[in-house]
Amino acid sequence: MRTGARLLRMLLRPTALIGLILVGGWLLVALFAPLLAPYDPLRSLVPLAAPGDHGPDGGMFLLGTDFIGRDILSRLIYGARTVITLATAATATAYMVGICGGLVAGFFRGRIDIALSFLANVILSFPLLILYIVIIVAMGASAANVILAVTFGSAPAIFRIVRTLTRDIAGRDFILAAITLGESTPRILFGEILPNVTGPLVVDFCLRLGYTAITIGALGFLGLGLPPPTPDWGSMVNEGRTLAFAYPHLVIFPCLAISSLVLGLSLLADGLRGREAQR
Amino acid sequence: MIVVKRLVNAILTMLAVSFLVFLLLELNIGEVAVKVLGQFSTPDQRHAWLQQNGYFDPFLLRYLRWLGGFVTGHWGVSTYYREDILVLLIPRLAASGILATATLAVMIPIALFSGILAGIREGSVLDRGLSVAAVVTTSIPEFASAVFFTAVFVFWLGWLPGVSTMAGGLDLKEYLMPVAVLVMASCGYVARMTRASMVEVMASPYIRTARLKGVPLRRIILRHALRNALLAPVTVIMLQIPWLLSGVVVVEVFFAYQGFGTLLYQAALNSDIYLIEACAMMSVMTVVGSQIVADIITLRLNPRLAAPARAAS
Repeated sequence: MRTGARLLRMLLRPTALIGLILVGGWLLVALFAPLLAPYDPLRSLVPLAAPGDHGPDGGMFLLGTDFIGRDILSRLIYGARTVITLATAATATAYMVGICGGLVAGFFRGRIDIALSFLANVILSFPLLILYIVIIVAMGASAANVILAVTFGSAPAIFRIVRTLTRDIAGRDFILAAITLGESTPRILFGEILPNVTGPLVVDFCLRLGYTAITIGALGFLGLGLPPPTPDWGSMVNEGRTLAFAYPHLVIFPCLAISSLVLGLSLLADGLRGREAQR
Repeated sequence: MIVVKRLVNAILTMLAVSFLVFLLLELNIGEVAVKVLGQFSTPDQRHAWLQQNGYFDPFLLRYLRWLGGFVTGHWGVSTYYREDILVLLIPRLAASGILATATLAVMIPIALFSGILAGIREGSVLDRGLSVAAVVTTSIPEFASAVFFTAVFVFWLGWLPGVSTMAGGLDLKEYLMPVAVLVMASCGYVARMTRASMVEVMASPYIRTARLKGVPLRRIILRHALRNALLAPVTVIMLQIPWLLSGVVVVEVFFAYQGFGTLLYQAALNSDIYLIEACAMMSVMTVVGSQIVADIITLRLNPRLAAPARAAS
């Protein structure tokens, strides 16, 4: 009850509330995309219609159409699906890898810790986007490879957080008691330690989800993201870039979409962090 | 001592990265042949080329040979530009260096100043305002803020050029937007870290003592708080460099700035693997180098760290 009330009070802070509305809104848009989108996101209608123009069937292109005549609003709505599923899947796999590695390294210490920590340091000394570019060039551009690249790039940071927390918790009395009682190692790792490290991870998850969305957007912008014609915000900016001088609507709306989603996630993380942990 | 240890660690890191990059890009020799010779080469041509260039040797031998070439400055020839990679890379690195230096020169004062202002009084309106501003600016992807700036300053007001090709020599006007985008993306994080560090220092006993003695606030901040509060941001700024490099790639591509980022971009689009390898190694060298610089500066600011660890921590 008390944690529920506290959570509620946190979410009622204005910034957190804005974050919640933005993220919730985009989630709903992604969920109900087929109901909300006025047109098929892949169908070519009237090329380069301005926002507010009417189509041949009398319907309105609220945000205009792109260079091959696809409705931008519909592509944005379906793009929310692409970005949210891809970012969540990628971040979740990164978490699985990072948590497992961090628990093992923090609990057993010794050689395995040194090896995993070194590997994490090596990957962290790579600028993320450049690491992604190397991976995508080596393995090709596809949703699975984007997820793989993000996992590879984000897991080390998660690993570090979990490792530090685990090292601290592993020496506490209740863990020593569990060892004395003869509980199995996986049970100690996932049943005893993991529940105690999830708190800081929730905040980090929100933030990292936002950064992953930025990265997926940047890959799309560079033309290294999902292969066309999948509706994806970053790719929309890439496709519209050369025509942006005459048709700014091609690029401005996808940019607003991704900025608002990431901003929502950051504000939500900021709110969840709460006052006590703000320093 | 610490610096030597760091240097050894840096060299080990770079070796591991080079192995990783080589593994990713050159393990599958069939693909290497396709990428170098193109889609339309015949299997016979590929086989002959692989044979000629020693690709049928064991993987480790190939790696060592590549590493040896890299260390001695033989970085190979770009398959897309048909030019020696070292010759190609140096002017591009210099161009990106100018962009990054300009960004840091603008970003550091803004970030430190706003972070210190916010941290003087925790929870004040100014503090909240600056914190929210920091969250907002870091949440906007570089390509999006580039679009927004372009929309306002190029399309609407018509004040600035939309591309930064530097065709007519270095032009300050062409630098304004790329630098602004990079500053916006990197400023918030450094400001937040500075703020956190300042808040911590302002809450420490020696500041309280100074206050109780009646030292004016201005003097407390300038003489007592700043030196300690700036320790953490130095490290943070240096750790920000990998992020900055990622941003540089996006910004250079957006504004068609002829630097390291556009080179890597072209290399990626054309599967120019030797060029990608060189670019990846250069970026890791930059990051590792900046970490060493961060260590040296931290030691300078805080000599206690250089002393052998007496109290085990």
